[in-house]
Amino acid sequence: MSTDKTIDRQKALELLRQMLRIRRFEEKTVELYSLGKIRGFLHLYIGEEAVAVGALQALTPEDAIVATYREHGHALVRGTPAGSLMAELYGKANGCARGRGGSMHFFDAARRFYGGLAIVGGGLPIAVGLALADKLQDKARVTACFFGDGAVAEGEFHESLNLAALWKLPVLFLCENNLYAMGTALARHQSQTDIARKAQAYDLPGEAVDGMDVLAVEAATKRATEVVRGGGGPYLLEYRTYRFRAHSMYDAERYRTKEEVEQWKQRDPIVIFEGLLREWKCLTSDDLARMEAAIAAEIADAIAFAEAGPWEPVEDLTKDVYTEAINDQLSALSLSEQKIRKLRDEG
Amino acid sequence: MMISYRDALNQAMREEMRRDDRVFLIGEEVGHYQGAFKVSKGFVEEFGPQRVLDTPITEAGFTGLAIGAAMAGLHPIVELMTFNFGILALDQIVNNAAKIRYMSGGQLSVPIVIRGPGSAAHQLGAQHSQSLEAWFCHVPGLKVMAPATPYDAKGLLKSAIRDPNPIIFIEAQLLYGTKGEVGEGDYTIPIGKAEVKRQGQDVTIVAYSKMLLVALEAAEDLAREGIDVEIVDPRTLKPLDVEAVVASVKKTGRLVIVEEGWRFAGLGAQIADSVYERAFDYLDGPIVRVTGADVPMPYTRSLEDAAIPDRVRVMAAVRQILGKGQRPIPHHK
Repeated sequence: MSTDKTIDRQKALELLRQMLRIRRFEEKTVELYSLGKIRGFLHLYIGEEAVAVGALQALTPEDAIVATYREHGHALVRGTPAGSLMAELYGKANGCARGRGGSMHFFDAARRFYGGLAIVGGGLPIAVGLALADKLQDKARVTACFFGDGAVAEGEFHESLNLAALWKLPVLFLCENNLYAMGTALARHQSQTDIARKAQAYDLPGEAVDGMDVLAVEAATKRATEVVRGGGGPYLLEYRTYRFRAHSMYDAERYRTKEEVEQWKQRDPIVIFEGLLREWKCLTSDDLARMEAAIAAEIADAIAFAEAGPWEPVEDLTKDVYTEAINDQLSALSLSEQKIRKLRDEG
Repeated sequence: MMISYRDALNQAMREEMRRDDRVFLIGEEVGHYQGAFKVSKGFVEEFGPQRVLDTPITEAGFTGLAIGAAMAGLHPIVELMTFNFGILALDQIVNNAAKIRYMSGGQLSVPIVIRGPGSAAHQLGAQHSQSLEAWFCHVPGLKVMAPATPYDAKGLLKSAIRDPNPIIFIEAQLLYGTKGEVGEGDYTIPIGKAEVKRQGQDVTIVAYSKMLLVALEAAEDLAREGIDVEIVDPRTLKPLDVEAVVASVKKTGRLVIVEEGWRFAGLGAQIADSVYERAFDYLDGPIVRVTGADVPMPYTRSLEDAAIPDRVRVMAAVRQILGKGQRPIPHHK
């Protein structure tokens, strides 16, 4: 754990708050799943919160994000309202993708959040393309691309690193190594388990970071982002982290021992950071209680927003398979659609 | 002005790249090599390497990259050296390009053209001779075009580049050198509009891409036998101009569909279904399909010839549907 005591108190509390928001939001989704309010696949980020929270500190609102099917946390930290995300999990029209996407396909174009792409490895070329667009348009933005250790076995990972390095594109390749590609342990799917070293093959910088330490994640990502933003080309960071829960909602977890899970839970990024803040006299029990209460209220509001949201009318089943005309943006939307979008943005 | 199909494509892309600086070309050998089939001749000289991007041999990589650039508002044209190699990019085309609009609830568009040669040329073997248009037509979110003439190729490609959707634009390798009249200046051809390429009374043939030329030849020979064939070229395969096909069938009462692709689950099956649904009562008999054989393309000439529809088989199909001759050679059943 980092020992930098010069950290700004407000900033530190915000890091804790964001990690707690993700944790509490997802714990609530488990309850809602049991109630049948949320269906389909639901991949939880619990245990890995320090990664999204730390990494996103390095980005500006102009930067782009591409994430995977385990992206609730990234969207929350990015600023997509919790209500709009909860409504999406419900499949409601006031969800961030009008209920078309679900848990694995969060989108928020206004915040440059480009999914929610759920084919392992498939998001990497997309991220490189977003970065290419910036380079071609002389925009000093970066694209942060999150993917798991499983994606490293896909050809698209290698093709993307090569292209981004070859053309010096501003991409942060952010590998969330939680040690399992679904149920296959890293050592059973990689000949070289030191993922950061794979960067060498494509001549870009690669670095492994403790993914359970939000300050370490933030510091490393900021260093990497500085290089990328300065025109230094892409950067690979490997965050070593761990998922505390099943791969998706149902998973007998025969591929790992309870002892191993318990051992990693000793390194819970929230518990450890909380302890550190107390040690540094940055956090009192009252602070924490107030924080938890505010988060609980935010999540309660999010659920109310989702419950109250409308279902997309079945007549709209085929809407948006294609982009209609070139000028079919907001002006052409019906009043009800405008209302839905407004609701979503407020959620 | 008579120009080649290749030059028509070159003009279309050149004019659109001059018109809209969001448009750029990306693919293998499109720049310094001037295109594997010389479609992008002179591009890197005019537009520079920033807008004519030579890629490594990395189809999933550069196709996905172009899709990402399109999501950011650019209008990439991806050149696949051939559509056979596009199979490596199918994840990006099917899982991302075709679905992003819908999955994002209408927030994002993917204005991209993915183009290159398809179908058989001369003895290129099983991995370089495929007609895969039916695969792409199957996927909601994609539009698919396969123009046969230089005029259509230019006008449709310009429309494709201006369209806000992902478009699969298939050029037949053997068409690149064919010539035709292309008007001066700027014109576009509407997406999803068929054209009657030959007026006739007795039987309708639907044929597209290289098979249009085969059908036109067959029609000339059939005319000498007193058979008056009408030929409808859909030009755009998806969305398909069913109205135009139905209108012709209502006139002739008979339909032959010619496609180079494999028979089973081929595009002709879909066209037949659409016509049965809308114009069954106007048909004087069953629709007849002339298709490629359900085999990997053989190398040896005699077998390759047997696997691809030709003038003789199209003529036999027309005679059959008119009850005027033997059944078509049944190798493809």
